[in-house]
Amino acid sequence: MHAEKRPQSKPRLAVYKFASCDGCQLQLLDACGRLLELAERVEIAQFLEASSRVDPGPYDVGIVEGSISTAEDRERIQQVRRDCRFLVTIGACATSGGIQALRNWGQIDEFVASVYASPATIDALATSTPIADHVPVDFELRGCPVDPGQLLDLITSLLLGRRPRVPSESVCAECKRRGTVCVAVAQGIPCLGPVTQAGCGAICPAHNRECFGCYGPAEATNLVSLTTFYEKRGTPRERLTQLVRGINGYAPAFREESDRLESADSMRARP
Amino acid sequence: MTQTRRFTVKPLSRVEGEGALRVRVSGETVEIAEFNIYEPPRFFEKLLVGREVHEVPDITARICGICPVAYQMSSCHALEKALGIEVSAEIDLLRRLLYCGEWLQSHALHVHLLHAPDFLGFESGFAMAATHPEMVENGLKLKALGNRLMEVVGGRAVHPINVTVGGFYKAPSSSAIHRLLPELEWGLETCLTLLKEVAAFEPPTFEATYECVSLRHDHDYPMNHGRVVSSGGTQSSPLSIEVEDFNQHFRERQVPQSTALHSLRLPGETPYLTGPIARMNLCRDQLPSRARAAADDCGLEMPLRNPYRSIVARVVEMAAACEIASDIAREATADVNCCRSVYKPRAGVGCHATEAPRGLLYHRYRLDDRGRVAEAEIIPPTSQNQAQVEGDLRGLLPGVLALDDAEATRRCEMLIRSYDPCISCATHFLTLSVDREGQG
Repeated sequence: MHAEKRPQSKPRLAVYKFASCDGCQLQLLDACGRLLELAERVEIAQFLEASSRVDPGPYDVGIVEGSISTAEDRERIQQVRRDCRFLVTIGACATSGGIQALRNWGQIDEFVASVYASPATIDALATSTPIADHVPVDFELRGCPVDPGQLLDLITSLLLGRRPRVPSESVCAECKRRGTVCVAVAQGIPCLGPVTQAGCGAICPAHNRECFGCYGPAEATNLVSLTTFYEKRGTPRERLTQLVRGINGYAPAFREESDRLESADSMRARP
Repeated sequence: MTQTRRFTVKPLSRVEGEGALRVRVSGETVEIAEFNIYEPPRFFEKLLVGREVHEVPDITARICGICPVAYQMSSCHALEKALGIEVSAEIDLLRRLLYCGEWLQSHALHVHLLHAPDFLGFESGFAMAATHPEMVENGLKLKALGNRLMEVVGGRAVHPINVTVGGFYKAPSSSAIHRLLPELEWGLETCLTLLKEVAAFEPPTFEATYECVSLRHDHDYPMNHGRVVSSGGTQSSPLSIEVEDFNQHFRERQVPQSTALHSLRLPGETPYLTGPIARMNLCRDQLPSRARAAADDCGLEMPLRNPYRSIVARVVEMAAACEIASDIAREATADVNCCRSVYKPRAGVGCHATEAPRGLLYHRYRLDDRGRVAEAEIIPPTSQNQAQVEGDLRGLLPGVLALDDAEATRRCEMLIRSYDPCISCATHFLTLSVDREGQG
């Protein structure tokens, strides 16, 4: 019946949630609201947070929020991939494991026991990992949260069949365009702007504070050079480790650098 | 032969996060009524350990994309107590303004897109747009106004970046705040009109006797400050305590059906209610004048005992948020000179509760000698409401058993939805499973 009512040209969209805060789905809801006509251009076949209606797959586009952190979710993502022709992941959780990936540096048993009195009933993997570690992903949109403008561009691009326009430059470029005085140079604040992908509008430096890497590592950056500069200027290594090991701490470039900083720190501490 | 019926719904829709409902009824006896939360746990309390104080509000915001300000506020106040610092009255007022933005956007989302479709018979807010365009458009505009307020004060609507322990990184621009005044006045009028519409929604017949718990402040409707007060329940007396004594009267317990801990009232480990209905029942006298007059005039039976009426309480609070924000914006004539109290890292313990859109949010931190987080405890509103949701399901079920499975299930889902459960917050969400065994 649905198939008859639906014109062939209307793409079918499904939205999925894994381990996350719902913030990126909220950006999507806002974007759909801002463009009620968007809701007319696509068929929202599954978006549990917004609608009780669930139409069966397959779907043309799947949008995934959240990371893989339980055995059940590790299975579920396989079916999601099979159901979606084009799979897009949105947000820091889905693209790098998210803030909850900080547990990847700890002992999961200890984490579970610290919060739950009966750890046996809790399904939790030792790690929180990005979707692309489990299934092929066609496009990743970064950000914590994703930017509503970029999200709209992504959906429009999917509708038009063109490549989404996502910047590959660093936050520094956005700061310069905004005319923000550099917080790292002028105020001596260790800032991740030089190594973080643009897209947020460089809002943190514009508020007198450091970029803390919500959009993950930019392409072709030299993290070692940056942290070495901050360290020479007096920022303790431990603080730099934590700065890099944040919202997107498990993204490969950030992960390698925080591991390097940490091991160098413990080498130095050795008698 | 006694008939056993089981209902299961997994996952629940139009709620924030992943939850389910499981019910088993034998004859007229409700054997199981569980609100399951299977949202993957994210262990925030553990991953905060070792972090520096200034990192905490950026991390706790990520517990919830819908109410990040609540997490930032409870964190900042609790850490400020641990560090022994105070913030100026001006900073406090700006924090209240930011919180108004969050209440407005969070309530507007729930009222228009998640909850109203239940009363008007739609599967979603978008489906409602064809026949109720004005309601959906106003809802989206009110939500956008809440977002705008959060951007002006907090620098970003989802996960604000301008909030820090001691105040703000940058003084929000007084002229930008002042410029919001016409929109806030529009927001107040729109909410007052909307209030009449939602007050006319016919709620399903259901009543419960709640022990209501909220903050109560000496003269303001509670957001950032107040004593923890309770209406008292069947096994507990009315309460008015400092937040420091919270753990003596409330306790969290793990239950097998949930990755969110249940918080219960001592001594009897009984359920209690937090959120808009509890706040209205305990603090209605402190609503700002126009919101209060409208609440008095809309024919609301007080105290509220019907959970479906929460939609009315939310709209009263949206009006209140616009009114409070307008009052603050009207006075915003100059930028704050000093937007941040400075502190030195040190050891200490501090706890604080603020009123998230969904209810009381308690945080407690212990800092080590270097001023790093040694211990964190976070009790979100949905954890506190879980036991009461299950209590309400038990009360609701006998009345819906005559209905067919689909309708009985829908009634249960609607009840849960009226709580606006935030499962990501509770860690940890909702699936309804209704099993009817031996039927037919």
